[in-house]
Amino acid sequence: MQAFLVAATVYLAAAVVAVPVAKRMGLGSVLGYLIAGVVIGPSVLGFVGAEGQDVMHAAEFGVVMMLFVVGLELEPALLWRLRGALAGLGGLQVAGTAAAVGAAGVAFGLPWRTALASGLILAMSSTAIVLQSLQERGWMKTDAGQKSFAVLLFQDLAVIPILAVLPLLALAPEGAAAPGGGGSHGGAFVEHLPGWQRALVTIGAVALLVGVGRSVVPAAFRLIARARLRETFTAAALLLVIGIAVLMQFVGLSPALGTFLGGVVLATSEFRHELESDIEPFKGLLLGLFFIAVGASIDFPLIGRELGTVLGLVAGLVLLKAAVLYALGTGARMGRDQRLLFALALAQGGEFCFVLLSFATQNRVLPERVAGLLVATVALSMAMTPLLLVAWERFVATRASSATDAGRPHDDVHGEHAVIIVGFGDFGSTVGRYLNANGVDTTVLDLDSDRVDVLRRLGLRVFYGDASREDLLRSAGADTAKLIILTSGDTEAMRTLAGRIRHAFPHLTILARASGRVGAYELIEAEVPHVVRESLDSALHLGVEALHLLGVRRHEAWRAAQRFRRHDDATLRELAKVFRDRAAHLSLAREAIRDLEQSMRADATGGVPPDDGAWDPESLRAEFGARPPSATG
Amino acid sequence: MSRVLILFAHPALRTSRVQRAMADAVRDLPGVTFHDLYEAYPDFDVDVPAEQARLSAHDVIVLQHPLYWYSVPPLVKQWFDLVLEHGWAYGSQGRALEGKVLQVALSAGGRAQAYGPGSFNGYSIAQFLAPVEATVRLCRMRWAEPFTVMGTHMMGAADIREAAARYAALVRGYVESDAVAAGGR
Ligand SMILES: Cc1cc2nc3c(=O)[nH]c(=O)nc-3n(C[C@H](O)[C@H](O)[C@H](O)COP(=O)(O)O)c2cc1C
Repeated sequence: MQAFLVAATVYLAAAVVAVPVAKRMGLGSVLGYLIAGVVIGPSVLGFVGAEGQDVMHAAEFGVVMMLFVVGLELEPALLWRLRGALAGLGGLQVAGTAAAVGAAGVAFGLPWRTALASGLILAMSSTAIVLQSLQERGWMKTDAGQKSFAVLLFQDLAVIPILAVLPLLALAPEGAAAPGGGGSHGGAFVEHLPGWQRALVTIGAVALLVGVGRSVVPAAFRLIARARLRETFTAAALLLVIGIAVLMQFVGLSPALGTFLGGVVLATSEFRHELESDIEPFKGLLLGLFFIAVGASIDFPLIGRELGTVLGLVAGLVLLKAAVLYALGTGARMGRDQRLLFALALAQGGEFCFVLLSFATQNRVLPERVAGLLVATVALSMAMTPLLLVAWERFVATRASSATDAGRPHDDVHGEHAVIIVGFGDFGSTVGRYLNANGVDTTVLDLDSDRVDVLRRLGLRVFYGDASREDLLRSAGADTAKLIILTSGDTEAMRTLAGRIRHAFPHLTILARASGRVGAYELIEAEVPHVVRESLDSALHLGVEALHLLGVRRHEAWRAAQRFRRHDDATLRELAKVFRDRAAHLSLAREAIRDLEQSMRADATGGVPPDDGAWDPESLRAEFGARPPSATG
Repeated sequence: MSRVLILFAHPALRTSRVQRAMADAVRDLPGVTFHDLYEAYPDFDVDVPAEQARLSAHDVIVLQHPLYWYSVPPLVKQWFDLVLEHGWAYGSQGRALEGKVLQVALSAGGRAQAYGPGSFNGYSIAQFLAPVEATVRLCRMRWAEPFTVMGTHMMGAADIREAAARYAALVRGYVESDAVAAGGR
């Protein structure tokens, strides 16, 4: 216990210090973790040593969680929209890079298996670094940004078959069991079954996963959600991921593949955003731990001895990958500067390389020495990426180029939507249907799990979730959305929520439904920019109907309603300033009502009210008519 | 220097080519107030006091719109009906607009040949604008020769750019001219 706590302190302290510093310097959190690992590792401070490998194995569970989250984000619809870029660019990038790197390996005298394995591994780029960097600079919507995202997505998917293929490239038959990774595991109970039975068990397990994921899991989550206990929900989410991993290991399948599948199955369920934000911190921490462990295991003595080789490898890797990407960009008819951005952005190795490298060594696919060199190469190539992007911005994107020229409307590749609607009762769902009918896609969050269930059966995109959680809003797309519409009707909750949103997502414009005048005052006081009273328009409609039934012509009644509305809106703003002061509010309100009555009431001659005075020919008759009719009657 | 108010009326700006280019060419000119009527009053609920105050604060009023059924789009008519009140804009007491210039800037699908005596449409643009001109004169304003962009259905991108530039030059001319502002009364 003591040792564990000491180690935990060292790791956490390193992360807490290094990550903010690295982010400050524009390097991103992944590099921060790596640097932290280097610093506490044997080469510098020596706080951690031999147990680094064990930590890495434990932390690989972060990768399993990451794939679960990747799966959750992969809605079938999104996949379909990106199918061209995914299959075309992504497939060619992985195949082309694997071939190029493999050929180079063979040329330098590696056995072909080792060369091919290295090629497949090094084809991966860094999702974490690239997405982070492109988002930070607002380049996600550019041509290069979109294509990069598609390629990264394909790579994420390709990891799974690569995990399956790597053991086949082993130098010596049957290595040690690999945690986190794929392939056959020593402990699996299917080990001694004949081949066909093993296949049956595997298919059965996957079918079980999909079936249970479709039916039992959502039902169970609905039950838990009804209890509204946040920790229980988190525990259930963790249980789900770990359960899948265990099941997969039991039948000898890759836990990463299993959780990924589980994620995809749940991607269309209403719990998608809730699950994502529950798993996210665990995933983040474990991945961070994983990167630290990678940093700590970079073999600096080795790099020192083979400095030339490592630098050559880094330069070779970046050049080869960039060349393949540039050629693909040319084929896809991208503009010249966008092509360069695309090539530079994805030219590094990625976090999956570390996973695959450690997996490959355990399975004796790569000799320790080669793997050690490659870990250092990948880490250095990742470190270069932010610098390459800065260079691109400085030297290529100078002429206000296509990067900033992203003005043309474009589907958001993230599959997230410009509008988030919180609360989907009668009010929210009318707003939502109106926006949908006008081609605006919305993401809807609601806390009533029964209602969510019903609405989803009607085919609406509604998610269960508590919008007061910043992480949940984030995974619902608050970073990229433009508007957030609060329709819950609970003024107090909306005020708190509005404050949080303004703090965490200052770019979001807030629209809120106010219940009644006091609700409107309170929201105006909370500086919500667009407050709409829930019953004003419908009440006026009813009023128009009533006046009409009393014999007033429809247009006249309608004009009167418009006038009433304008006046009422104006006084609402005034009254909102004083509503906490009872006396002041009362006297101002009385005055407002008097004003309104005056401006509404038609004058004594029975003409139209003052605002529509121009429609009243009375004064014309007075000036131009020989005998004003008012005199006669 | 004259203060120029552009009253812009187009009910379907999204599909517009010509009026949009014209609007873009003048919207941000210094000395110009650009007032988009269909944006301000989607429900035709014209705010009369605000409109009257705005008119009072300018020397030149430009009425920019596409020609619809040989006339102005309906919101312009609603605006005329409600804003030009007897006793304010006309009549023995109504002198608020006296001496101001009103400049129509319209676009029309028909070409110049399609207008005039004996033409396809039978009457000239000036004849079709007679109600507007009479309104302007009744309000004691000065009627300027209308700025017209004719034959919009056949215009290419270059033609539209050229027309918008001519329009912007006209507006800029008003902003820079002192004669208009001084010429009141
Ligand atoms: C409802 C409607 C009525 C129109 N009436 C006329 C007309 O009477 N005479 C004419 O020459 N063009 C007419 N047009 C054509 C428009 O004037 C022409 O499309 C417009 O000026 C082009 O400008 P825009 O590209 O900004 O819309 C009409 C168009 C519409 C939609």
